[in-house]
Amino acid sequence: MKEEGNYANRPSNTAFTQQRLPAWQPMLSAGVVIPGFLLIGLAFIGIGVGLLITSRSIQVLELDYTGTETSSPCYQCTMSNQSNCVCKLSFSIGTLFKGPVFFYYGLTNYFQNQRKYGVSKDFNQLIGDVSYFKSPSSDCQPYQRVNGKPIVPCGAIANSMFNDTFKLYQIINGKEELVPFDGKGIAWWTDYNIKYRNPDYTPLKNAFNDTEKPVFWTKPAYELDTSDASNNGFINQDFLVWMRRAALPNFRKLYRRITEGNYKDGLPAGNYSLEISYNYPVISFEGTKKVTFSNVSWMGGQNEFLGIAYLVIGSMCVVMSVVMLIVYAKFRFPEED
Amino acid sequence: MTVLKGAPGIWFPVVLHLHKKKKSQCDGGEARKRRTEEERKVKANDREYNEKFQYASNCIVTSKYNIVTFLPVNLFEQFQEVANTYFLFLLILQLIPQISSLSWFTTIVPLALVLSITAVKDATDDYFRHKSDNQVNNRESQVLIRGSLQNEKWMNVRVGDIIKLENNQFVAADVLLLSTSEPHGLCYIETAELDGETNMKVRQSISVTAELCDPNHLASFDGEVMCEPPNNKLDRFCGTLYWREKKYPLTNQNMLLRGCVLRNTEACYGLVIFAGPDTKLMQNSGRTKFKRTSIDRLMNTLVLWIFGFLVCMGGILAVGNAIWEKEVGFLFQSFLPWDPPVDNFLFSAFLSFWSYVIILNTVVPISLYVSVEVIRLGHSYFINWDQQMFCSQCNTAAEARTTTLNEELGQVEYIFSDKTGTLTQNIMTFNKCSINGQSYGELTGPLGIQPTRLNFTPLNPLADPNFCFYDEKLLESVKVGDSHTHEFFRLLSLCHTVMSEEKSEGELVYKAQSPDEGALVTAARNFGFVFRSRTPGTITTTEMGQTVTYSLLAILDFNNIRKRMSVIVRNPEGRIRLYCKGADTVLVERLQPCNQELISITSDHLNEYAADGLRTLALAYRDLSEEEWEAWSESHRFADKATDCREDRLAATYDKIEQEMLLLGATAIEDKLQEGVPETIALLSLANIKIWVLTGDKQETAVNIGYSCKMLTDDMTEVIIISGHTVQSVRHELRRARERMLALSRAREEGKGIEGWAEAGFMRNGCKEGQAGDGTADGGGEGARKPSQCPPIPPIPSNLMDSISGEFALVISGHSLAHALEPDMEEEFLSTACACKAVICCRVTPLQKAQVVELIKKHKKAVTLAVGDGANDVSMIKSAHIGVGISGQEGIQAVLASDYSFAQFRFLQRLLLVHGRWSYLRMCRFLCYFFYKNFAFTMVHFWFGFFCGFSAQTVYDQFFITLYNIVYTSLPVLAMGMFDQDVPDQRSLEYPKLYEPGQLNLLFNKREFFICITQGIYTSVVLFFVPYAVLSDATQSNGVPLADYQSFAVTTATALVIVVSVQIALDTGFWTVFNHVFVWGSLGSFFTIMFALHSQTLFRNLPNQFHFVGSAQNTLLQPVVWLTIALATAICIVPVLAFRFLKLDLKPQLSDTVRYTQLVRQKRRKPAGRSMGGVWRGTGSVSEGRLGARGGSRRSGYAFAHQEGFGELITSGKNMRLSSLGLASFASRHSTGWIDTLRRKKNNPTPPGTSGENSPALSIVSGSVPPLSNSSSVLGGSQETPIEEEAVTAPAQNTDSDLAVCKQTSTSAVSEAAKPHGSAQANAAGVSTSIRGRPHVKDSSGGWAHSLGTVQVSHCL
Repeated sequence: MKEEGNYANRPSNTAFTQQRLPAWQPMLSAGVVIPGFLLIGLAFIGIGVGLLITSRSIQVLELDYTGTETSSPCYQCTMSNQSNCVCKLSFSIGTLFKGPVFFYYGLTNYFQNQRKYGVSKDFNQLIGDVSYFKSPSSDCQPYQRVNGKPIVPCGAIANSMFNDTFKLYQIINGKEELVPFDGKGIAWWTDYNIKYRNPDYTPLKNAFNDTEKPVFWTKPAYELDTSDASNNGFINQDFLVWMRRAALPNFRKLYRRITEGNYKDGLPAGNYSLEISYNYPVISFEGTKKVTFSNVSWMGGQNEFLGIAYLVIGSMCVVMSVVMLIVYAKFRFPEED
Repeated sequence: MTVLKGAPGIWFPVVLHLHKKKKSQCDGGEARKRRTEEERKVKANDREYNEKFQYASNCIVTSKYNIVTFLPVNLFEQFQEVANTYFLFLLILQLIPQISSLSWFTTIVPLALVLSITAVKDATDDYFRHKSDNQVNNRESQVLIRGSLQNEKWMNVRVGDIIKLENNQFVAADVLLLSTSEPHGLCYIETAELDGETNMKVRQSISVTAELCDPNHLASFDGEVMCEPPNNKLDRFCGTLYWREKKYPLTNQNMLLRGCVLRNTEACYGLVIFAGPDTKLMQNSGRTKFKRTSIDRLMNTLVLWIFGFLVCMGGILAVGNAIWEKEVGFLFQSFLPWDPPVDNFLFSAFLSFWSYVIILNTVVPISLYVSVEVIRLGHSYFINWDQQMFCSQCNTAAEARTTTLNEELGQVEYIFSDKTGTLTQNIMTFNKCSINGQSYGELTGPLGIQPTRLNFTPLNPLADPNFCFYDEKLLESVKVGDSHTHEFFRLLSLCHTVMSEEKSEGELVYKAQSPDEGALVTAARNFGFVFRSRTPGTITTTEMGQTVTYSLLAILDFNNIRKRMSVIVRNPEGRIRLYCKGADTVLVERLQPCNQELISITSDHLNEYAADGLRTLALAYRDLSEEEWEAWSESHRFADKATDCREDRLAATYDKIEQEMLLLGATAIEDKLQEGVPETIALLSLANIKIWVLTGDKQETAVNIGYSCKMLTDDMTEVIIISGHTVQSVRHELRRARERMLALSRAREEGKGIEGWAEAGFMRNGCKEGQAGDGTADGGGEGARKPSQCPPIPPIPSNLMDSISGEFALVISGHSLAHALEPDMEEEFLSTACACKAVICCRVTPLQKAQVVELIKKHKKAVTLAVGDGANDVSMIKSAHIGVGISGQEGIQAVLASDYSFAQFRFLQRLLLVHGRWSYLRMCRFLCYFFYKNFAFTMVHFWFGFFCGFSAQTVYDQFFITLYNIVYTSLPVLAMGMFDQDVPDQRSLEYPKLYEPGQLNLLFNKREFFICITQGIYTSVVLFFVPYAVLSDATQSNGVPLADYQSFAVTTATALVIVVSVQIALDTGFWTVFNHVFVWGSLGSFFTIMFALHSQTLFRNLPNQFHFVGSAQNTLLQPVVWLTIALATAICIVPVLAFRFLKLDLKPQLSDTVRYTQLVRQKRRKPAGRSMGGVWRGTGSVSEGRLGARGGSRRSGYAFAHQEGFGELITSGKNMRLSSLGLASFASRHSTGWIDTLRRKKNNPTPPGTSGENSPALSIVSGSVPPLSNSSSVLGGSQETPIEEEAVTAPAQNTDSDLAVCKQTSTSAVSEAAKPHGSAQANAAGVSTSIRGRPHVKDSSGGWAHSLGTVQVSHCL
């Protein structure tokens, strides 16, 4: 009775249009979930133990030198009228501090992650585009111009660059021996090679004609490291480290590595003296300053939290799998015979 | 014209009420006319005159835009959406540098995307509207311009034009019929597009214009029509024609409305009165109101809440900002001075508030709305594409006409269904018959074997090839020459009022008034008794190949009270025989008692047929001697000429001769249900969907269908029938019904445990019959009668079988419904109706259909679905939450108004249980996940706020923020929203209980919403604090610290994307290839895009935007970052996983169970047989076997929509073309009288006195009064008496007293009788015990009210 011609409007018979696409239909069946939980749990416990052991093997030495307390050697440097203040911090290391040792400076209560702080720079200046030297981005306000002259590098970040400097001496037989610092490669490769570029001028200084250095700076950008042209201007490693702003108000930044000479294998046990050229004011906003010595493993620096968290989650998974097993045994899904 | 003053409202309150309403509308209309504009005046053939009034032209515009206006209008409309405006507002905020915490493109990209997607969609929709408008507007019609007929496009037709319509053409506008090619200015129309009725209706021009047959005369016609202004009342029109200084009243009977189709009429001319948007069709369609789903509304509420939440977050952070700026920021000024304009912390906090509003706005992502639309669109396509909803017979696929309601299909609780054309096909088939005690037509062959269809052609070249019959025995019996069988079919070929048309030799077309008759005559035709042609005095048949001409002596026509019709014929041998067919209940009384055995056998057969839901008729004959005939003929003539109570007298005469008949047999006609209707209804009720049938049909028909589609079953506790005509009686009946229901259910509970009450069923049936008797024709005092008919059911024996299905059904008729829907009755009606399992409303008007739907919507807070196929269902379809149109035979109005359309009622189960359920499920899962992922995404900013000085610093890269919602996470969830299936489609049909969560709104509600945003917030906490804890001190393996902002951003973003991807993977239950591609693809695209964005190339070009250069590689190469991400993922996902597993084990949902079983079965590779666990089986099994034939109550009779009057039409010969009449002489007595009689009946149908006294006057002077001159209605329609006729009818009032005597019931009918208007009331009110005149019930304005006389006689037997 049905005529063939009547199928003209018939929808096409494909798996897609008929919603019959082959499909994998996973179900949270006990056979998968319980062993899965057990496995994940065990794996996490394993990782956690590993992390914890690794983390414990890492040595960290942290020294606060803010100088808020009168006992602190840097206390006198916190007086406002001091300039070029130098203070010395002495400490001793009981066992060999295995190298390579990294030397960090740290700030707290310092809001590099503030939105207005964060946007206060001009990327075009920093890739060496001199046309922006003359007219810095308005984001740099209020560090866009000074005395009518454009600031290069402009903006709050550059302006507030950390300018304490450190020298480490090992005291060997009462004599101070300078521990050599390696300042190369402390910034990201991409920052050094791509994100920040010096203008193509020789000498570099010429590019900065008719510009001002940032107000807080003691020397202009092209004099940051006069000894090494590849560490000068915008590609100065300290500058790069500073410009990579921190995510959180308490942070530390890499200052130097200790990889050379006698200290290649680390800092031997003994007494050390850290000479600090104390310039950077933090007291006004209740910040603190500190330095940190640390070595690293494959997973970076010391990190107790990660290991513990893995252990906790791992054990919870194992416990859950047991609970699930009990529940499953008791309320098992009615199955067909 | 219609004077109603002093009408006896006590007796006819219902109808009176209606008429008053009508009248006031008419008057009101006139009043309004005067106020707003002048009365509509139309002068024929005078465009200049008509142009003064600036009537709407016939051009219809349903489109919204044109090319120029599209952009501004569409944008304007789009920005009326709160969400869009909100995002625009955000965009403006972002342009303020002090506030802007994000680049402008993070908002504008998604906004532009959303706007353009919507615009494209709107444009496409409008394009199709343009197309259809054009198609309609460019239809051609012939317009009479300056005396000649010219083809004009529809849109150029003006008010006042005279247009010519040809057979089978659509009427272009609302026109006044002027003249036709048929005699007496008659024409036939089909109004399917308008009111959904497929039977033909007659319209007649007023007599003065009927003579204007040729264009020349018409061109000079300069009559002026004054009429009511445009309105949407399909069944009324009042106006006056002024022509040649005379007034002629115009009624609906003279109008052809736009959308009608001219049938059986060669041509006709009409004067355009209303055009284009003023036509009743357009006035009825109106603008579709925008439907929203409940999920939509919930979503909007939630979005508002989220806005509130957003403001709170912003407030908290702003306070934080104020404190921070005061305590810390103030001191930190050495490194970060405050901006000069922002020099105090309060102002800073204010700005920070807005900044946070910007960055937190992603909790309500703009992509939410567009994603929802996309998913719905997809679901709509799945509906369109579904082959199982494709009807191959009519080559129609299902169509989702709106794309916004899909998930609501999964929540339907009430279905309102039309009957004719929706449940039934409106096709009658001759299904079974019982001849001389032998039943034929049973399918006795072994089950599963398809019975072969009989081939009639060898026996009978005239057979109708479409006729189906399967029982060979009957054909054998005919061939053998069994005299009973022959007589049986002879009767069927003679006793009817069918007209035949023989276009060419052997190609017969029957035109039957009711499909039942057509089916019977066709059956006779195929079994060798072919009805060939008729003249007023003869019937020519071909009996077993031989042409026989019978002379037709009389037709004893059908009416609703007689419930039978007879013909008296003289065969060529000269023997006179009366053939009678009718309701078994009436016929049995009139049989010769000699053959009791046959009677009882036949009666058994009738019972069987009725139990199968078939419509039965009993057939009988009687031989008349010449003397008997002469005597009767004389008395008939006398009765016919009687001046008073003619109807009664005729009936009595008829009754006299229809006695002592011999039973021939019985026929059973199937009012063919659409395929699968009972199964669908059973399935839907198992899914807890309540089905109400709202039909314009008569109660008996409706109940019949209710039984055959298993809405009503004999197992039902009780079928309650409400048919009162007054507020009091309806209220009383409703109360009684409730009491009974309470009593019965209480009784049933008490009766539990008592087994095997053999009589229970019997008693129940007996009582039901009594109940059903309420509305029967003899119910002049029905209210008083019924208690006595039905003794109260003894409390205890209430049946046991019912304790399983303690179900009630309610049948309510339109006039009772009118009362029940009044404000103070609503509640009462609702509480009764909702306690019933099935509700049937019969004789309801389109408006009432909508009212019922509104009632449920208002009081039940349930999702309603209306399904219908005719234009009379449009209002209901529009007012229900979801309107479904059956694209059947009855025009396309319903389809056009509907949200979904398909060809078969049974597709409803798939639409709801499969598509609706899936859509709901998918949408809910989609929304849950969507809110989750955005909270997880956005709230990280909130936590970060506490560590960045509340400075509105974002955690992520701005590109990540832009792309997160539109690229990284959109497709997997879209794929889930599009393709997810918890259980396959056949399972959802097997377990209708799976539909319940949707009705109870379990999958997405406020609680679920809170759960998912809590999960989202939890995730955001984890995603912020885990990296915070890990990274703050962490360094890369080369000693460089990891705690820089960019590394932190990359780590958090990566963790976020991974967590939400794992989450979507968990949520996806149905991994098609798309899901795989999208989930993996999204993850892949995240990394790819991130690496690309952090690449040198982009940075070199735009250093300002892409300053994340190198972050991705620097960060993601660090093992500690991956350990962090893994940790965060585990912390986010493990609890969810555990919770889900435990929930699955401890509190499994039905869908889980089904899914589980399904999977286990698949795994075990069991044959997918019926071995499925019996535990849930019960919930799902569909009723087996169509017919629970046991003890069926008898629902037989002339239930079909048969109308009186055609017998007379035939014997008069008026409706026969001269060609077909041949030389047949006009039966003198009838030659002119039939139409007058009809008119009389129409005008004064009920009070028999009136018609009686009118008729002789008119028929005697038959020639003198132009027979059609003033009849405002011929076969149907309005009751207005022509104005100038009043003088003629006035004398009639003199005989009012006779009338009163005649009609004992009501003396108050006296005044009524004089005013023809009242007649319908009297009729409708059912006061008269012997209503005769019931022509064209459907067409009359109070038509539905006529039914009550016809009801349920068989139940009372």
